[in-house]
Amino acid sequence: MKNFEYIRPATIADAIAAAAEPGAAYLAGGTNLLDLMKGGIRRPDRLVDVSRLPELNRIERLSGGAIRIGALVRNADLANDPDFATSYPAIAEALLSGASPQLRNAATVGGNLLQRTRCGYFYDPVSACNKRVPGSGCDARGGENRLHAVLGWSEACIATHPSDFCVPLVALDAVVEIEGPSGRRKVPVEALHRLPGDTPEHDSVLGPGDLIVALWLPKEAEGFAVHARYLKVRERTSFAFAVVSAAACLRIEQGTIWDARLALGGVAPKPWRAVAAEKILAGCVPGPAMFRRAAEAALADAKPSGDNGFKIELARRIIVRALTLAVAGTPERVAALPASPFSSVAGASRAS
Amino acid sequence: MNLSINLIVNGVRRTVEFDDPRVTLLDLLRERLHLTGTKKGCDRGQCGACTVLVDGRRINSCLALAVSHDGADVLTIEGVAHGDELHPLQAAFIAHDGLQCGFCTPGQIMSAIGLLREGHAGDDPERVREGMSGNLCRCGAYAGITEAVLEAQRNLAKSNPATPDQERAA
Repeated sequence: MKNFEYIRPATIADAIAAAAEPGAAYLAGGTNLLDLMKGGIRRPDRLVDVSRLPELNRIERLSGGAIRIGALVRNADLANDPDFATSYPAIAEALLSGASPQLRNAATVGGNLLQRTRCGYFYDPVSACNKRVPGSGCDARGGENRLHAVLGWSEACIATHPSDFCVPLVALDAVVEIEGPSGRRKVPVEALHRLPGDTPEHDSVLGPGDLIVALWLPKEAEGFAVHARYLKVRERTSFAFAVVSAAACLRIEQGTIWDARLALGGVAPKPWRAVAAEKILAGCVPGPAMFRRAAEAALADAKPSGDNGFKIELARRIIVRALTLAVAGTPERVAALPASPFSSVAGASRAS
Repeated sequence: MNLSINLIVNGVRRTVEFDDPRVTLLDLLRERLHLTGTKKGCDRGQCGACTVLVDGRRINSCLALAVSHDGADVLTIEGVAHGDELHPLQAAFIAHDGLQCGFCTPGQIMSAIGLLREGHAGDDPERVREGMSGNLCRCGAYAGITEAVLEAQRNLAKSNPATPDQERAA
């Protein structure tokens, strides 16, 4: 690991000033950053430790019904907060399906939003990777790429975004609050992550010194609580990234879907909101044929970036199954195997 | 860079001076404090051999910078027994053959202590297995590990019925 200067500013303003310098990086939970530094993938000159900044570790219920989650709240604490888990069960399930208990105890909300891809070529310093070294090429394109993107990718980069947490967040219109050198602003999670295009080195719209201070969920997001699921296919049951995942959140009244939210993970360079599918579902009576139509619409623009054509049909089937589970209703308690298609919850292992 | 941190390690206040911010909590425990019970397996947060409790919560000490944990209360495998009396999880791992080579065992036991403190798994084997998924065992002693955790959970629930899912203060 390259050596670095370590500083721990006492205020947000001091942290932003210190992190706006070239070569600086924020440190919070460290679960992704230290791993990348040990591998020589990230080589910051200066670490700005924000892990103790005051007031960023609170979950606040605001008077209008929205919820504001400090960027330093740990993944485990958010998933296990009773009010949060009841109000936003798909988000809690997504959090609990990610990483391991030890990592969830350390990893923060802000850090999860900004975690880097797990593309093996990004992680291997001797491989060509435009995301790691701009202009160096992409060894994934002609390499082992069965887990790479089928939506939103470019010739420069076919890596996927790895977060589970972000998938229900984009579905539910979550917003990040950012403080930076030019003040505070809010950006929807949907607009936080970028598509790679010709500049895959930029994962997000954040600039130098920009610090995520909080995550907001609007009041409306709670309206989906009784029909909300996250479903995640992995290559092993636990402690693995998604091959394909889906967050399905429905508002059902008198047997009709009044509002639908759907997003996919593991298939694109960013958490992928399936707006066309949502439009098909709104106003419909739930059923397998309707779900299949929505799934077809969600993957209409998909194309393989390598040996990964299977992910397109897999994603369609995961959408149908996630919607089927959402209609059946949010379980009282997150399943023993969160988001698993092998869960003993009825409907988890087969769509009908 | 001159760095100095204070820690409480297994109940004892320690001041450690070092000059390199790259030192992880794992390396500090092993190389500076000579507490070699905590193991370095993958050193990348994937195997769980380095699991310790920090302020009562299980984490991977390999992904924690020591300098960032000034003031922390750290519990390692060396601190869980009371004299010659094994911690209930240590005893249960022996009783149920929850190990073969033993390299992963300190991390397994610290993780299990964290799991019981969290109180979400109860007596459900599926939840115990899921809750221990951050600890790999290359000998494949998983069946014994699960039985050991379940037995320790039952014994602790019996000895402290008011808070059935809570681990005693170790």
